Amino acid sequence: MTNTVSLLDVEMRFAASLAIRRMSLEVRSGEFFSILGPSGCGKTTLLRMISGFLQPTSGKILIDGQDMRDVPANRRSTAMIFQSLALFPLMPVWENIAFGLEVRGMSKARRRQEAERLLELIALPGYGERMPHELSGGQRQRVAIARALAIEPKVLLLDEPLSALDLKLRQRMRAELRELQKRTGVTFIYITHDQSEALAMSDRVAVMSAGELQQVGEPLELYTNPATAFVAEFVGENNIMSGTVIDTFGDYAVLEGAHGRFVGRRSATLRPQMKARLYVRPESLSVDRQETENRLVAISKRFDFEGAFATAHAVVPHDSDPLSVQLAIPHQHLGQAPDIGKSFVAGFSRQDAVVLAHE
Amino acid sequence: MNEITQRFGRPLGACFILLVLLWLAGLVLVPNLTMLDFALRPNLPATQLGGPKDGYSFDNFLYLWNHPSHGWIFLKTIWSSALVTVLTFLICYPLAYWLGQVSTPRQTSALLVLLTVPYLMNEVLRGLAWYIILAFDGPLNAALVHLGLLSEPVRWYGDGGVLAGMAYAYLLFMLLPIYNSVSTLDHAQIDAARDLGAGTLRIHRRVVLPHAKVGIATGCVFTFMLAAGSYMAPALLGAPGSRWFTQLIYDWFFESGNWNRGAAYGVTLLVLCLVAVLGMLRLFQVNLTSAVK
Repeated sequence: MTNTVSLLDVEMRFAASLAIRRMSLEVRSGEFFSILGPSGCGKTTLLRMISGFLQPTSGKILIDGQDMRDVPANRRSTAMIFQSLALFPLMPVWENIAFGLEVRGMSKARRRQEAERLLELIALPGYGERMPHELSGGQRQRVAIARALAIEPKVLLLDEPLSALDLKLRQRMRAELRELQKRTGVTFIYITHDQSEALAMSDRVAVMSAGELQQVGEPLELYTNPATAFVAEFVGENNIMSGTVIDTFGDYAVLEGAHGRFVGRRSATLRPQMKARLYVRPESLSVDRQETENRLVAISKRFDFEGAFATAHAVVPHDSDPLSVQLAIPHQHLGQAPDIGKSFVAGFSRQDAVVLAHE
Repeated sequence: MNEITQRFGRPLGACFILLVLLWLAGLVLVPNLTMLDFALRPNLPATQLGGPKDGYSFDNFLYLWNHPSHGWIFLKTIWSSALVTVLTFLICYPLAYWLGQVSTPRQTSALLVLLTVPYLMNEVLRGLAWYIILAFDGPLNAALVHLGLLSEPVRWYGDGGVLAGMAYAYLLFMLLPIYNSVSTLDHAQIDAARDLGAGTLRIHRRVVLPHAKVGIATGCVFTFMLAAGSYMAPALLGAPGSRWFTQLIYDWFFESGNWNRGAAYGVTLLVLCLVAVLGMLRLFQVNLTSAVK
């Protein structure tokens, strides 16, 4: 598989701060690649460097193997979907879609034809003469995508394009985007701070924090095998237990903290005496397990029914450091849910827990 | 009308409407009708007013029409005003774009202050400043000759001087409306156009100019009207060959004492300016209310 976009030791420095620290990244051609991180982590900077609006302070950006230094934004084979969409409000939909073709000198008749073909691709046939303000949010979204696809880019860059939509529409657009990406085979680089969006749509996800790459991997990989404490805490929900590593054996580490001794999978670099945290997903923590290790005695505090499952909030009592834990209970097993105010035993298997170094 | 009484109540609403009507009657209708009345009557000694010779006719307008040079001066005034408008636009558009889309907030406020400061000074004094700058042995000629750009001083007074003086005097009237509308353009649209491959010229032609259209029309209307009605700049910076139509009107009123003919000239200028403005708005496909806003 070839790479469409490669970043080699890219660094971006603004006057006072380092927005991107020496970063290398490969995006394969034809994949749906997401960059996930909290706001201010540098992901938009990264996207603007790939599109050519920003020049990296040092390092190289290759698109299709070609060095992009000194290639301005209007000469790159990338197309961007802006957060605000940035449709041209004074042009009808078809002119919006055909704008990139107009630039390339295509005749008006062929532009119209091409716009109509793209309108069909995004399931809006016959909408060419409408003005952007006459469309709904989801329709505008699709027009913005058609406008970007019209120039047949090698890479489509999407800057949180769904963040302005309401939840239902956002979920539908996720599926549509994914579908469109598969159908056109164009490489998508998608920026988001919404982890469920990244997990649901992507082939691979890069997690970023404070200008640094934390982990690159498939969604399931990130969820089950977070490489750093940041990834474990940012992607999905986790119960967190802090302590010190007292022993390691094979792929496992034993952590001792205020609430007891726990065993979980470990990263290769973890050594005894290191400060660490153990992470276990709410759905991996369950009531009345028969195991002898990894047990917690907790008092049930609150119970949130959320449809497919319910979340039980509980506290493991401790004089100075009481620990809040969450258990996700599928709705079929609600009978097992602990009564409010009662104490119960929760446990998890060592397979489902991860121990990661933490300062 | 209903909306006004609903919002402010009957007594206060009636007050507002009355004030507007008074404004329209006192400051628009009565003066203009008086001027039209003057324009249509002959210039008579006081004893003959209301006598057999006093009556309505188009004689004063026909005088302008048949005069060997006044009609020409009239056309030249319209043409030069259009030229001033174009020149001012060419100066202001790049500036407004820079202010509205490129500059940092600090640069914006610094430049706006710098541009506004000269306007704190009296208009006549600003004209005099140009009078000094453009003088035959003034600083501009001295500098250009010193730099070797000119081999000998040039007489700037005349068409060139009037053009420069007016472009300077009406800069802000053009700049501010354009700046206003350019600054409301979402910068992402410029990025999007560039991202799709557009060069700078196309971005302006297809994205920025259409967006700023209303501001441009407003600025052009202001500048054109002010230029056509200007008296100070041509009087100070002009030469006999660059007489402005307003100078003729002034002469009829205050040199020849013929108010009736002066009024006819004034009405003609007013009507032609209105036609020019409406034509300009049609050209821009902007309607009058949105331009005035």
